Amino acid sequence: MMRILRQAVACIAVFTLITGVIYPLIVTGVAQLVFPRQANGSLLIDNGKTVGSSLIGQSFSSPKYFWARPSATSPIGYNAANSSGSNLGPLNPALTENVKARITQLKAADAASKSLVPVDLVTASASGLDPDISPAAAEYQVSRVAKARNLDETKIRELVVKLTKGRQLGILGEPRVNVLELNLALDNLKNK
Amino acid sequence: MTYGIIQIVLFLSVVLLLVKPLGWYMARVYENKPCGLDRILGPVERAIYRLCGVNPANEMGWKRYTVAMIAFNAAGFVVLYALMRLQGFLPLNPQHFPPVAPDLAFNTAVSFITNTNWQAYGGESTMSYLTQMLGLAVQNFVSAASGMAVLVALIRGFVRRNSRTIGNFWVDLTRSLLYILIPLSLIIAILLASQGVVQTFKPYPTATLVEPVVVDGNSFAEQTIAVGPAASQIAIKQLGTNGGGFFNANSAHPLENPTPLSNFLEMLAILLIPGALCYTFGKMAGDTKQGWAILASMVIIFIGLLALCCWSEQKGTPQLVSAGADLQASSTQSGGNMEGKEVRFGIFNSALFATTTTGTSCGAVNSMHDSYTPLGGMVPMWLIQLGEVIFGGVGSGLYGMLAFAILAVFIAGLMVGRTPEYLGKKIESYEMKMASLVILLPIFLALVGTAVAVATKAGQAGAFNPGPHGFSEILYGYSSATNNNGSAFAGINCNTPFYNITLAIAMLGGRYLFKILMLAIAGSLAAKKFIPTSAGTLSTSDPMFVILLISVVIVVGALSFIPALALGPIVEHLMMIGR
Repeated sequence: MMRILRQAVACIAVFTLITGVIYPLIVTGVAQLVFPRQANGSLLIDNGKTVGSSLIGQSFSSPKYFWARPSATSPIGYNAANSSGSNLGPLNPALTENVKARITQLKAADAASKSLVPVDLVTASASGLDPDISPAAAEYQVSRVAKARNLDETKIRELVVKLTKGRQLGILGEPRVNVLELNLALDNLKNK
Repeated sequence: MTYGIIQIVLFLSVVLLLVKPLGWYMARVYENKPCGLDRILGPVERAIYRLCGVNPANEMGWKRYTVAMIAFNAAGFVVLYALMRLQGFLPLNPQHFPPVAPDLAFNTAVSFITNTNWQAYGGESTMSYLTQMLGLAVQNFVSAASGMAVLVALIRGFVRRNSRTIGNFWVDLTRSLLYILIPLSLIIAILLASQGVVQTFKPYPTATLVEPVVVDGNSFAEQTIAVGPAASQIAIKQLGTNGGGFFNANSAHPLENPTPLSNFLEMLAILLIPGALCYTFGKMAGDTKQGWAILASMVIIFIGLLALCCWSEQKGTPQLVSAGADLQASSTQSGGNMEGKEVRFGIFNSALFATTTTGTSCGAVNSMHDSYTPLGGMVPMWLIQLGEVIFGGVGSGLYGMLAFAILAVFIAGLMVGRTPEYLGKKIESYEMKMASLVILLPIFLALVGTAVAVATKAGQAGAFNPGPHGFSEILYGYSSATNNNGSAFAGINCNTPFYNITLAIAMLGGRYLFKILMLAIAGSLAAKKFIPTSAGTLSTSDPMFVILLISVVIVVGALSFIPALALGPIVEHLMMIGR
């Protein structure tokens, strides 16, 4: 019995060293060497300033920017130090209220838009940090952004199409538009 | 839609293609035959035995094997609990997290040694890098290896004749880690890092927001982005069917699962070993058809339930439609019920991940199951309640399925009035008693736990959503804990002493009683003599047996849980369409 206990303690010590120290250090070494940008959070640097991560969404509420999906993180949306979904059940009245309020907000910002709103634009993501919206959700906002920026809709639409990511390797996942990258590109458009 | 189905077919094809090569390799590892890697890692293996005072030639009986497994897990518990309680004084804590509270540390330590990885905490706001790396990630490895060891011992029980021993726990543990889990994790971790999963020891970086956010008069101009040594932990979290996220949002978090390709790899990593172990089982038992028959049963149930989940989530709810949302799938949006889902995964990859993670005992999530439609959410819940045998956890899934196989041959034996046999071993009253307990015990623990929670104030306080959905959250929680899945209807407020303690008991009971009973079966089978196949032997590798096995799994799962499910998802579905 004592022998088994001794073996158990020795084993946990040895495997903690192998899987808890050596293994993560090898992975860190390789990742930092070969994929340094990805391994450090895919940070976006604009004019020497870190403006976010290409994988993490941000809140936008001005009509001149494309809006991201609703976020359920606390205390504010898109809190990247505290990821979370809303966890609202399908019949929870709070969910329906949130969706309706969001639709009202979107329509108020663009009186011209009357169509149904793409579902991803009115529902909270699982992480609260979703960087993407669907191409449909981007198209829904084109007219508003164009008006707010006094630009031609086709010009905005061109940019959206240019920044739309297709399915990975032609098959995997869903087509999507990265909201932060799109808005940064919009701002750069104005500067030119 | 079409793309969704193509992706599912592609995914299952890749899984099935890898079953044979990996299964063959693992059989070599466990039969102690040259496997290739032993040429490089052989000296390391021998050094480990020397350091730990293990004589690899020493065989163990089932009782000694059990004691070694429990002693090893207990030692792991102590280390992990101490790390969490002391993290405030230890290095690699750049965010200066305080010690974890005692009840939460207890729950978490139990959760990780039992391969459950139920999480009553948010990783990025609670655990230091050191705790994650040296504590949680290590248990991700060794709890998975413990499950694989028990499976191998059970297979030896079928294979050996008139034997008093079923192997050496330390050897099975070491070989599982060294030749299977660590090499595969290295590959997956580096592939994940290439996709954008973080792997760093630096403190959380801060970004200046493009548009500052104003909430209640307070302006926020910065975004702190949680990072850490995540890729190394996420690889084994998936491969070992552990499921404990580095971040709170688990594999929905863009830094834990950034792209559709990383998502594909993470799902593949979940099914890879449990699927291939079926082949390993057949190979070691000397008849690979036996393994394919088990795998076929798993795949058929998997596809059926996956289809239900995809259909229900794509359809969405009438509530979303009447609020004014467009749920129609098109080339520019996935549509459907997108609450609690990520755009890059859409409906099909979310439903596929949910089915994969709950059919196995993984419990990682890439979407929030709590926000699924009633029937869509019932699929993951019921897959857990079936006993985690649809692929199941690494090792634990197959030994659970073998308990169902024993039950199936017994029922078939009753029909024709013959003593049942499985793989040349007579199944007698001792094995039947143990197998019945194995199947009934988790059902009992899950239902009694739920009953206690809904009958007490402390339990009721945990429900987050109103109505039947709140009940579903509690039922899901105890089902998940008992069957060592670890996913949740995550709205449930479970970081309370009541839930931390009762769920820990459910996890311990579900894991260790299950394992002890399986090892008892292994010991009893190993001691039996071999009965050659005769004309009257029921074939356990033909389509008839596959159908029988599927029926037994479904009937037991349905009879046990339909009354409880009727109070949760089923009544919720009726309320949804009745409005």
